[in-house]
Amino acid sequence: MLIQQLINGLMLGSSYALIGVAFTLVLGIFDMLNIAIGEVFMLGAFFGLTLVSRGVPFVPSLLIAMVLSGLVNLVVERFAFRPLRGAPPVIPLLSSIGFSMLLQDAAVNVWGPERTQFPPSIRVVSFEVGPVLVSTVQIAILLTAVVLMATLHLIVRRTKIGRGMRAVAENPEAASILGVDARRVIVTTFFVSGALAGAAGMLVGLTFSVISPFIGIEIGLKGVAAMVVGGAGNIPGAMLAGPILGIAEVLSVAYLGAAVRDVVVYGLLILTLVVRPQGLLGAVERPRV
Amino acid sequence: MLSDYHQTLLLLTGIHVLLGWSAYLPLATGQLSLGNAGFMAVGAYTASLLTVQQKWPLLPALVAGALLAGLLGLLVGLPALRLRGIYLAIATLGFGEIVRTFFLNFELTGGPMGMRGMSGTTLGLVWGWVLLAGVTFFALTHSRLGLSLDAVHDDELAAELIGLDVTALKVGAFGAGATLAGLGGGLYAHYILFIEPGAFNFLESITMVLFVLLGGMRTFWGTVIGATVFTLLPDLLRVLQDWRGAFFGALLVVLLILRPWGLLPRGTLRLGLGRLAAPSG
Repeated sequence: MLIQQLINGLMLGSSYALIGVAFTLVLGIFDMLNIAIGEVFMLGAFFGLTLVSRGVPFVPSLLIAMVLSGLVNLVVERFAFRPLRGAPPVIPLLSSIGFSMLLQDAAVNVWGPERTQFPPSIRVVSFEVGPVLVSTVQIAILLTAVVLMATLHLIVRRTKIGRGMRAVAENPEAASILGVDARRVIVTTFFVSGALAGAAGMLVGLTFSVISPFIGIEIGLKGVAAMVVGGAGNIPGAMLAGPILGIAEVLSVAYLGAAVRDVVVYGLLILTLVVRPQGLLGAVERPRV
Repeated sequence: MLSDYHQTLLLLTGIHVLLGWSAYLPLATGQLSLGNAGFMAVGAYTASLLTVQQKWPLLPALVAGALLAGLLGLLVGLPALRLRGIYLAIATLGFGEIVRTFFLNFELTGGPMGMRGMSGTTLGLVWGWVLLAGVTFFALTHSRLGLSLDAVHDDELAAELIGLDVTALKVGAFGAGATLAGLGGGLYAHYILFIEPGAFNFLESITMVLFVLLGGMRTFWGTVIGATVFTLLPDLLRVLQDWRGAFFGALLVVLLILRPWGLLPRGTLRLGLGRLAAPSG
């Protein structure tokens, strides 16, 4: 059933897209890779789970989970990135890996290493649209992803802080000379990035209805792949590449077997880096230093 | 005489030193590899297949595993030349995941069930290799080749301008690192007696880089200290128990904030040797 596969791939891919955007936002503006986004995503799933299982409705749970995830990412920025300003980009990459280990271990200690199930109340009914089986959860996931990405697009393109972000991305020195508040841009970017990752965590939790402290690495790396395939630093690119990877993954599982699942995604990642380093939508060659 | 327990710790330290050096070599030319667990897996599985199924003696099996991993390293290192910094890190990370998935689905090595039946790694064997590699590194530090690697690390463009073959140096360092990872993997498999794909994950690759970072990114002997401390520390820090991962993570962050290039900067060695070699200067 091809259409069903495409829809499943789209659901999975919309989460990859959100994580990919969370990665690409920071990379595009500060040229730094925050690996800890994977764990912020995982924490978002647990925040959402905790809230939903206490009876908090979906939308407030999502919003609170997003704010908490954004705050966690601010802590990451404070300790893993701010003290290392000016160091070569691999140094903050490594310190963000250190933070990943810390957050993952913390989650294992708080929520336990086992897989945890979302309460059934939130796993709403499925219904048939023609030959295709769709659940209300799937629609909610897709809708949330689209709304969040549209909001982000508006923030970056239409607001003052969005202009500041683009200015810093273009040229940090010139931006600061022209009066862009760098601290404010950094804090906003990391908060938004973390909030998006947290939202993705909650949506993935709903999609699979089970989560564990180890999904941060498993699924977070797929977000890195979405970022690279779409063009590192390119927000629309990650939005496009997420569904592409999701669909490629689901189709490869359906037609080639579960064995090739990750090979396809990481194969596309490496192929992109080697053959077209600027990614799908990256027009200009960024300096890869 | 050492107790079994201390022998085990010492043996593991030796394997960790080799794995640390496998990350140090590419770093010495400015390449951060986050996929060395993939090369380690190739060495581990190749050597294990040869000893368990082909009944090879351990030593040639180890060498074969290391060489195959090295060959793969050269193949990966060549396209990786196009990438720098975080992009190289991402690509190698993807490579490591692909290798892990390959062995997860490879019937001959038991797939997710893993492989057993290996044995034979001894303390002497491990430290023999460490000694051999260490002597090579020592010779390298004071050779033309070693200085060329330094030049590539410090300024690639300048290195190219003075006529160094930057491509060969970088790919060579990457391949040599992969060879050491494969060797470490083979020794590990025949010490731990059971291997499964999950053992060669992202975290393993990170750990190898941690050994280098702790000891200092610019000296080969710093890695020995880093690997030793990292192997003995969990044992000394039993109190931490469940929070060990968090402790290492926090340690890494603090370390990078305080000493971005590791605990032991190259200057310490230079200063020491300089005094020994040229007391007048």
